[in-house]
Amino acid sequence: MPRLLANLSPGENGRITHVAGEADVRHQLLEMGLTSGTLVRMVRVAPLGDPLELHVRGYRLSVRKSEAAMVTIEGD
Amino acid sequence: MAESAEATMLSAGVKRIAIAGNPNSGKTTVFNKLTGLRHKVGNYPGVTVEKREGRLDGTDIVLLDLPGTYSLSARSPDQEIARDVLFGRLKGTDLPDAVLLVIDANNLERNLYLASQVLELGTPVVIACNMMDVAEARHTTVDCEALSNELGVPVVPTIASKERGLTQLRQALSNTSFTSNMHRQSRPWRLPNAFEKALSNATTILARSGRIREQAMHGAALLWMTDYLSGDKRSREAAERLLSAIPSEDAEKLRATGRQVAEQIPDPVETAIEARYDWISQVAHRVLAQHDSEKRRTGSTTDKIDRILTHRVFGLAIFAVIMFLLFLSIFSWAEPLMDLIETGQLALAGWVEALIPKGPLQSLMTDGVITGVGAVVVFFPQICILFLFLSILEASGYMARAAFLMDRLMSRVGLHGKSFIPLLSSYACAIPGIMATRTIENARDRLTTIMVAPFMSCSARLPVYIIVIGAVFGDRTWLKAGVMFGMYALGTITALVMALLFKKTLLAGPRPTFIMELPPYHMPQPKTVLREMWDRSKLFLTGAGTTIFAVCVLIWALSYFPRMDETELSSEVKAQIAQLDAGDTDSRENIISGAQLRQSALGRLGHFIEPAIEPLGYDWRLGIGILSSFLAREVFVGAMGITFSVGEADETSEALRDKLAGATWPDGRPVLTPWVGMGLMVFYVLACQCVSTLAVVRRETGSWRWPALMFTYMTVLAYLASLAVYQIGSRLG
Ligand SMILES: Nc1nc2c(ncn2[C@@H]2O[C@H](COP(=O)(O)OP(=O)(O)O)[C@@H](O)[C@H]2O)c(=O)[nH]1
Repeated sequence: MPRLLANLSPGENGRITHVAGEADVRHQLLEMGLTSGTLVRMVRVAPLGDPLELHVRGYRLSVRKSEAAMVTIEGD
Repeated sequence: MAESAEATMLSAGVKRIAIAGNPNSGKTTVFNKLTGLRHKVGNYPGVTVEKREGRLDGTDIVLLDLPGTYSLSARSPDQEIARDVLFGRLKGTDLPDAVLLVIDANNLERNLYLASQVLELGTPVVIACNMMDVAEARHTTVDCEALSNELGVPVVPTIASKERGLTQLRQALSNTSFTSNMHRQSRPWRLPNAFEKALSNATTILARSGRIREQAMHGAALLWMTDYLSGDKRSREAAERLLSAIPSEDAEKLRATGRQVAEQIPDPVETAIEARYDWISQVAHRVLAQHDSEKRRTGSTTDKIDRILTHRVFGLAIFAVIMFLLFLSIFSWAEPLMDLIETGQLALAGWVEALIPKGPLQSLMTDGVITGVGAVVVFFPQICILFLFLSILEASGYMARAAFLMDRLMSRVGLHGKSFIPLLSSYACAIPGIMATRTIENARDRLTTIMVAPFMSCSARLPVYIIVIGAVFGDRTWLKAGVMFGMYALGTITALVMALLFKKTLLAGPRPTFIMELPPYHMPQPKTVLREMWDRSKLFLTGAGTTIFAVCVLIWALSYFPRMDETELSSEVKAQIAQLDAGDTDSRENIISGAQLRQSALGRLGHFIEPAIEPLGYDWRLGIGILSSFLAREVFVGAMGITFSVGEADETSEALRDKLAGATWPDGRPVLTPWVGMGLMVFYVLACQCVSTLAVVRRETGSWRWPALMFTYMTVLAYLASLAVYQIGSRLG
């Protein structure tokens, strides 16, 4: 079932199916390794509620919820 | 034959090797170890990206440190510089003979993204596969030999922080065959056929133009194509620049290849990125011994630390403590050093006074040159301490966590998490604060932060608050504390509101983004940290120092000339002197220098602007104070001391406080009423009265446009606000 990366709970995994949004942000996310088929894990949410910490391709990446809402994933 | 002849010819000259890599890969550490910390630091032309160059120990090879980047797209100035250097088209930097790529063994896939882009530019490459110790601790092994076979270039395993593998790396660098290109002529990964076909056409066209080296042609064509078809303005501009540099016929044909791709492939940029990553995943799979990334990461040291440092309660509490320490250190640890500098300055001035006979030359030396040098050097301790802190925060990996914790707060006013520390530092002094904005990649966020930083009440405003509050509110301690707090609050709120305004108007841009790596924690290396602190602090002396010095001498000239003869003193002044005891030469001096200042160019300016400042409730004497404060706020108190003929004064001077409290208009009304005092302080909160800040802004933004705007809008704002305070306040009673 497709979900948004922004809606994952800490500890949950998903496999990226699509990155939407404006071209420049999308390309930046892709270059950081969020390409389709990649496994991501939501690690934690920052204490004030935003941004998020993700685990992707063996490293930690922080993005805002608004950016994570551009990424569609499916359960893994 | 031809090749060896070329090799002998080239070996005569100095070889240049550029170091490229992702941020946090250990690039700086590798550079420092290879050059033995002997290097010089400058800036790339027009931008504030630091440029380090040093000699590889014991050879004639020069190493050049490129800014750390994740890719060679032209999205940020850093990336553009890295790529322009690799293409040999950055002014003042020759095409490197080879590239040393530093990659992080723990983060192979993302590091290989940049690496593969660099490899496609055809320059000889040596790879340092760094952080092998961390990889080992995570039960991962990188097969460097296999990686070397995959990429076709030497790969040396290193642990830069422990100096392991560096001998082999040095050897590999010295053995690089600088003339032959050992890369494959084509990419090891494929794009869809239509894309490949268009690219091969683009390559032919570029080859004809002669603008790009033959070896770089394939990589250049792909980079151009993805720039041209990118949604990013900066990237498209970069693509257009190349088009305008080649014959217009060829440019048209090149554009046609771009259109061809755009017609057949829905998102070519995405396609290219995904195809590259597909290949990278395969390579990583083949060279990594343990590929189960999930098990590997859970329970790492970084994770354990982060569970505390980004914790809802402890994380924020620890952050607050660290920020408090930062604040305390620049605010108070620097104090003794600053006092020492001021004492030294006074001693030097005294010595010069004894050496040079009284007159213009003596005054130029003591009040112009020595004051000017002092004005630069006095900031130096604060700047060093701040940069020491920042270097430690950066090298340890905490800087990214600070941004992670504070981003929500800063995004409310349209700023970035990384704006927090620069703004906080500005409470001590806007100069190091503005210099600290270098960590903000987005140009608009960075400019916004710079433009509002001077509103944070810096320590130089404190003496002004103290003397005015003292003169106006006497002994009412609670009121005094409340007003003082109000001034700090006013500055902070104005900064935040102005940031929002800037982001909505002048510096409005596409939706702001926050995409930031959280690097693993590392123990900072003292030598590297100290060197970094020194390099950055030195840039302040050489960069802004000269401007600050020049303005100090100018203000001195304005307050010294024209000079009148003592016989020309007004009868009023003569009467004052006549009343003094015969031996009281000090008071006599004070009265005369007051009279001289009042009729100098600066004093006349004070009279000249009186009509403008009268609505604020100020007379021309306060005008002189304000005018001389544009040099630096702390000058206010000293200038008031001279104007009111009490001689050398500081904010604790009771004589000056009483003079200020007792000053009257010609008709006998007191000048410094509570509302005038409030207005005056509001003026000092909001006005940009600091040449040093403007000089630093000029340096950091690369043009006089931003400092000019900063000065204008802050001064106008200050004027209007203090006008409102005085006019409304004095009507209320
Ligand atoms: N454990 C370990 N730490 C390293 C190694 N190389 C560098 N570091 C540390 O990693 C941090 C980041 O390194 P730095 O050179 O500043 O990275 P840069 O951002 O690529 O310039 C510093 O604290 C270094 O001391 C290494 O091989 N092993």
